[in-house]
Amino acid sequence: MSVVEITGVTKQFGRGGTTALQGIDLAIEEREFVSLIGPSGCGKSTLLRIIGDLVQPTSGSVTVNGKPARQARVDRDYGIVFQDPVLYDWRTVAKNIALPLELARWDRRRRAERVKAMLELVELQGFEGHHPWQLSGGMQQRVSIGRALSFDPALLLMDEPFGALDEMTRERLNMELLRIWEASGSTIVFVTHSIAEAVFLSTRVIVMSARPGRISDVVPIDLPQPRTGATREEPRFFELVTRVREALHMGADLERAGAEAEATA
Amino acid sequence: MTAIAAERPRERRTFRLREATWRVLLFLLVLAALWGLWEGYRWLWMREHWTWPFVVDDTSMPHIHDFLRALFEVTRPGGPLLISDLLKAAAFTAREAAVGFAMGAVGGFALGVLLAHFRVLQRGLLPYVVASQTIPILVIAPMVVVYLGSRGVPAWFSVSVIAAFLTFFPVTINTIRGLQSADRRALELMRSYAAGRWRVLWKLRFPAALPYIFAALKVSATASIVGAVIGELPSSIQDGLGGQILNYSQYYTIQPRGLWATNVIAALLGIAFFLVVLLAEKLVVRRAPENVA
Repeated sequence: MSVVEITGVTKQFGRGGTTALQGIDLAIEEREFVSLIGPSGCGKSTLLRIIGDLVQPTSGSVTVNGKPARQARVDRDYGIVFQDPVLYDWRTVAKNIALPLELARWDRRRRAERVKAMLELVELQGFEGHHPWQLSGGMQQRVSIGRALSFDPALLLMDEPFGALDEMTRERLNMELLRIWEASGSTIVFVTHSIAEAVFLSTRVIVMSARPGRISDVVPIDLPQPRTGATREEPRFFELVTRVREALHMGADLERAGAEAEATA
Repeated sequence: MTAIAAERPRERRTFRLREATWRVLLFLLVLAALWGLWEGYRWLWMREHWTWPFVVDDTSMPHIHDFLRALFEVTRPGGPLLISDLLKAAAFTAREAAVGFAMGAVGGFALGVLLAHFRVLQRGLLPYVVASQTIPILVIAPMVVVYLGSRGVPAWFSVSVIAAFLTFFPVTINTIRGLQSADRRALELMRSYAAGRWRVLWKLRFPAALPYIFAALKVSATASIVGAVIGELPSSIQDGLGGQILNYSQYYTIQPRGLWATNVIAALLGIAFFLVVLLAEKLVVRRAPENVA
């Protein structure tokens, strides 16, 4: 049983409005790291939100952990991380991480233990009493990741989580994310704009194109695990990056052809 | 990677102390400047006999030290000092205003929560709520006093009701604004945690609204005093500041210092209320320093 099964999902905003997604079929297996990459408007963020039941598809079905997406959300089967850390200013780091646990009505002792474990996981021990504004962007994102994993979900949804950070912090956090992925054994669906990031992190890269949003190519990444700093310098890495880039260009061509066809129709 | 504002505790304490002393010094400086401005204006206008914008004499602009001194004189032979009379009256009015403030704040907040959550109610009721505030308080006050009096409600409570009436509106408006100010992404996050409407209120919307609510409470703090003083007038209550103001305004032309002294005490009362709210805010609202309204 796949962790996520998307069948024939279509999303149209408004009546006869933009078709954000069309006919998406995708299955994600346990412990995979799947990246969604594509130009703006290809619907990758929308698809992520449909998996998380934060947006309803116009047609098609999504199952997460064998349940309909809505049930998976109610059962808290996934954690989500946005590009903006979305931390609560009035809570300390520890209390921010504890937020979903409070909502799940965990008792105080269990919460404290789990928060401690999460702080260790994202390497922010000693910062439990700090407030979000006292932390750098990278640290805030790590808190956000700790919070998303606090209730040990099977699935982690990430929407360009490192998009607002500088290149060096990004690469560091990439390594940390892989470490966390290994340690937690979860499945990750990762939306990104960066080809290098997608290839470096994933087991599979889903290339999408826009207008209408659809999957134009699937690139399995056969780089050895665990990935290291040296992985970025291997020839196979560059081959795969080129492959993804070409798939994106092809997608752009498809999009343009589609637009021209529309214009002349 | 170290945190941005990681100062050692001792440094932070001396920094706070120095900042506090600076604030007090600045306050005294401004006070002295205003005092100087008053006296300077008075001296110049009287010397040059200027009549615009108003004639300056002992009635319209007594010396500041004059009416401050009046506070420490007796109001009648063998009687109490003016300041003790005024302070007693201020305490009386303060009680009425405090009760009114509490009622107005709680009621205003509850109404704000209701209107923020039910858009239909908001659209329907808000115009009437706004309209209620446009009716002059001097019209409403006697009505409230007479009606409640006929139901056996003690006069001072009617005054509290009037104070509450002036208090609730800013609180309601700012509560609605604050509750709706929650970040869209934060709401999505709450949805991903399958949090129900009321838990979202308690854990997200309410804390996000606190800076707005406290901004409104600061306005309401002073408004409740105004409401209480005005409310005392039709109630013929002698014990409060309203009574004192009425009394001394009658003697204004003969003895202006009395009314000015009353002004000072009323202003101090308003400031005291404001400071209480400010203190409460410092204790309750933990936010990035620039974010506190």
